[in-house]
Amino acid sequence: MERKTKVNAEAGKQDLVITREFDLPLELLFKAHATPEIIAQWMGTQVLKLEGKKHGGWQFETKDGQGNVVFKANGVFHEFIPNQQIIRTFEMENAPFGPQLEFLKFEKLTDDTSKLTMHVVYRSGEDRDQVLKMPFEYGINMAHDRLQEVVRNL
Amino acid sequence: MNLRRDVFQAIADPTRRAILVLVATHSMTAGAIAANFDTARPTVSKHLQILTECELLKQEQNGREILYHLNPQKMKEIADFIEPFRQLWDDRFNKLEDIMKQYKPKK
Repeated sequence: MERKTKVNAEAGKQDLVITREFDLPLELLFKAHATPEIIAQWMGTQVLKLEGKKHGGWQFETKDGQGNVVFKANGVFHEFIPNQQIIRTFEMENAPFGPQLEFLKFEKLTDDTSKLTMHVVYRSGEDRDQVLKMPFEYGINMAHDRLQEVVRNL
Repeated sequence: MNLRRDVFQAIADPTRRAILVLVATHSMTAGAIAANFDTARPTVSKHLQILTECELLKQEQNGREILYHLNPQKMKEIADFIEPFRQLWDDRFNKLEDIMKQYKPKK
């Protein structure tokens, strides 16, 4: 499959850039980032709070099959301009690294396509590399959860 | 896991990155590499040692000289290091795209 999502993480830097082009009109791409029920679906997490406005707060929580909280994150919006830009902080709770700053730029390419650029700034290069490593463990957890679901539905 | 982290730390240093760029096209002796930097020779030797220890550089004996060259396999591992993170976001965004393609605005 074509690699649509790109991650540019230069060695020794404390930031990274994620870019992705979507076969979606700009308005739908933004809506997917502004509507709690939709975020919940594609992020695979519960959205406890989402105040989509300047100085508004947000909170995500993910539970495993047994109802244990496995992921909790929160932050604040510094800018929330529909179809243009979201600037927010992101902090994972009970994690060894501090908050990160995220700049999300939404762009129209054509009437039916759009582009998202996520610039993420970490406190240090070490923090960034720790976060980059997390999907290894995350992937194992997800696979485990899915396995349990399958088993339960047998 | 620890080994991977060492590799990442190794390339976090600007001098070490410059060394990797230098030897990317052709093998060089420690002296020839050091000649490209203002830093003291022992400092460059230390960098070469770190890069060799995490296998980013390979040593080859050429007569009485030791030449350093890049290990492309190890460089590829660094690129792979980011891959699970990229894959995570790619999965999320694929899902986002599927959901929004089905999306019907409520009236």
